[in-house]
Amino acid sequence: MTRLIGWVRRNLVVLAGIIALAYLVLPNLVVLAFSFNKPAGKFNYEWQQFSTDAWTDPCGVADMCGSLTLSLKIAALATLGATVLGTMVAFALARYRFSGRAATTALIFLPMAMPEVVMAASLGTLFLNMRIPFGFTTILIAHIMFCLSFVVTAVKARVMSMDPRLEQAAQDLYATPVQTFLRITLPLAAPGIAAGALLSFALSFDDFIITQFNSGPTTVTFPMFVWGASQRGIPVQVNVIGTAMFLAAVVLTVVGQTIGNRRKARA
Amino acid sequence: MTEQLRDTAAAGGDVRLTGISKTYGASTAVHPLDLTVPQGSFFALLGASGCGKTTTLRMIAGLEEPSSGTVLIGGQDVTALPPYRRPVNTVFQSYALFPHLDIFENVAFGLRRRGKKDVRKQVEEMLELVELGAMARRKPHQLSGGQQQRVAVARALINHPQVLLLDEPLGALDLKLRRQMQLELKRIQTEVGITFVHVTHDQEEAMTMADTIAVMNGGRIEQLGAPADLYENPATTFVANFLGQSNLIPAEVTGRSGDELQLSASGVRLALPKARCATEATRVHLGVRPEKITIAHACTEVAEGRNRVAGTVVDSSFIGVSTQYVVRAETGQELAVFEQNMDRDVRIAAGAPVVLHWNPAHSFGMDATQAIDAGTGEEAA
Repeated sequence: MTRLIGWVRRNLVVLAGIIALAYLVLPNLVVLAFSFNKPAGKFNYEWQQFSTDAWTDPCGVADMCGSLTLSLKIAALATLGATVLGTMVAFALARYRFSGRAATTALIFLPMAMPEVVMAASLGTLFLNMRIPFGFTTILIAHIMFCLSFVVTAVKARVMSMDPRLEQAAQDLYATPVQTFLRITLPLAAPGIAAGALLSFALSFDDFIITQFNSGPTTVTFPMFVWGASQRGIPVQVNVIGTAMFLAAVVLTVVGQTIGNRRKARA
Repeated sequence: MTEQLRDTAAAGGDVRLTGISKTYGASTAVHPLDLTVPQGSFFALLGASGCGKTTTLRMIAGLEEPSSGTVLIGGQDVTALPPYRRPVNTVFQSYALFPHLDIFENVAFGLRRRGKKDVRKQVEEMLELVELGAMARRKPHQLSGGQQQRVAVARALINHPQVLLLDEPLGALDLKLRRQMQLELKRIQTEVGITFVHVTHDQEEAMTMADTIAVMNGGRIEQLGAPADLYENPATTFVANFLGQSNLIPAEVTGRSGDELQLSASGVRLALPKARCATEATRVHLGVRPEKITIAHACTEVAEGRNRVAGTVVDSSFIGVSTQYVVRAETGQELAVFEQNMDRDVRIAAGAPVVLHWNPAHSFGMDATQAIDAGTGEEAA
C-alpha cells in the first residue's frame, strides 16, 4: 500500500498528463471509430459493422461537400481579412498614441467577451436595417469581425515585446522604412501573426451561432449542414470529415514542431 | 580591409554639432551645445545616466530629431537626413543584433541594403578581423556577450562609416572582459582610423580609450579635453569628483604674491598657483587629488613651500598596491589620501595624529558657488 502511494507520488505529473490527454483525445477516437461504421438506420450512434464505405465516398451525401467547400472558402477569406486588418490595428495600438486608442482597445476585446448569440442577433439586425442581403458577404463580414479580436490580441502581445532598437539598428544600417518593415519587423512579428491566423481559421470554420443568424437561404456552411443533418440523422461522412480535420491538425502541429526543433538544433 | 577603411576615413569624418538641443515637452534633455569631433579621433561623451550623452549620440545617428541646431558630418549637413541615409553606423547598447538572422547575415545586412552583390568575401574578412570566422552560421543568442559585442562592431564597421557611434557598448560585459574589449576597440580604432564617438558612464573606460573626453552633466558639456588634462585641471567640482576622486577644501583668497594665491581654509594657510585657479572669485574650493598628498606622522618636518594640513587618521584600508587613508583634517573635512606601498609595514593606525602635505602646484581652484559634492554620486539631486 505504502509502495503504491509512493509510486503514485513519484508519477503524479505523468498520470495527470495521461488523464488529460485521454480526456482530450477519446472523443476524437470515437469519431474516428464511427467513421468506419455501417449504421443500420439513419442514426450513427450504435456500432453495427466495420465498413470503409464512407471513406471511399466522402461526398456521397447530398450538399455536404458543397457546404464544406463554402466553409473552407469563408474561413480562408476571413483569416486573410482578419489577419491583415488585425496586424495593422495591433501595430497601431502597440506603437502609436492617438485619441480613441483606449476606446479601440476596449472595443477590440468586446467580441471575445460578449455572448455570441447576442452579437449574432445584433449583427443580423444591423444587416437587415442596412438592407444588405444575407449570404456569403454577411457571413464573411461577421467572421472577420470576431476573428479580428484574436489576431489583434496575439499580434499586439508580440509587437509589445519586440525591442524597438532592432528596427533602429536596421535603419542605421541603411534599411529604408519599407525594408525595415519587411526584413526585421515582419519576421519578428511573424509568430504572433501566424498564431492569430491559425486561431482565426479554426474559429471561422467552426462558427455556428453567428453564421446561423447571418446566412442566407442558399449559404449553408459545414457546421450548419451538420446541425441540419443531426435533426434527420447524421451521415457517416460527417465523421470522415471530422477525422480528416483532426488528422490534418495533428500532422500540421507535428510538422511545425519538428521544423522548430530542427531549426533550434541546427542553430 | 583595413586599407579600404582608411580610404573612407580620409574622405572626412569630422562631426560638427552647432547649437544642437533636444527638449521633450517641458523637460530639456540636451541644452544647446556646440561640439567638434576631429576626423580620426576617439572621442568620449562621459556622464551619469540621464545627462544627455545618449541623446546627443542619437541625434548624430539620426535616431533622434534635434529640437534646434545642425549636425554636420564631414562638412555635409545631415540634420534633415533620416538615419539610413547618414554615413554613420552605431554599435547599440546590448548590441541589437537581429535574432532571426545568423551572424553572417547580421554582418552582411548593411552591405545588402546598399545593393552590394558579392558580400561573401567582405563579410568573411570582417568576421576574421573580430575573430569570429567559425561562428558565421550561428544565431546571435548562441554567442557569449563578448562575441555578440564583436559582431555588433563588425556589423557596423563593414560599411566603412565616416563615423562609428558607440552607445555604452561594453556596459553588459563583466569587468575582465570589459578591460579586454577596451583595448580591442582602441586597437581597431587605431588600425582603421575612423572617427569613434563613444558614450559611457565609466570614467575609467573613457580615460583608457579616448583621445578627447567631453564630460556631460544635466544636458550640458561641463568640460572638454584630453583625459590627463581633465584629470589634472578640472574646471568644475562635477568634473573633479566624477573623474577620479578629489579632496575639495572651501577656502578664502586672502592675498596674492607673484603667480601664487594665498588662501585661508578655517585659518590654515594654503597656496594655489594662479594659473590653476579657474575663477576670479574670492571664495573658492581648493582641490587636490588623493594620490598627490603625502601622509606623515605629526612630528615629521615638512619642507618649506609645501601645503600643510594637520589631522587625525579616521580609517585606513590596505588594498595591495596602496593604502587608502581617511583623515579628519583641521580644516574640517575628511580628506582621502592614497599612499603607495613602497616600503613594508609603514601603515599608520587609526587615531594617530598626522600631517598631510603636498606640492601647491598640484592644487586646483574653482568657484565656491558650485555644490561641493556635485558628481560624487551622493549629492542631493
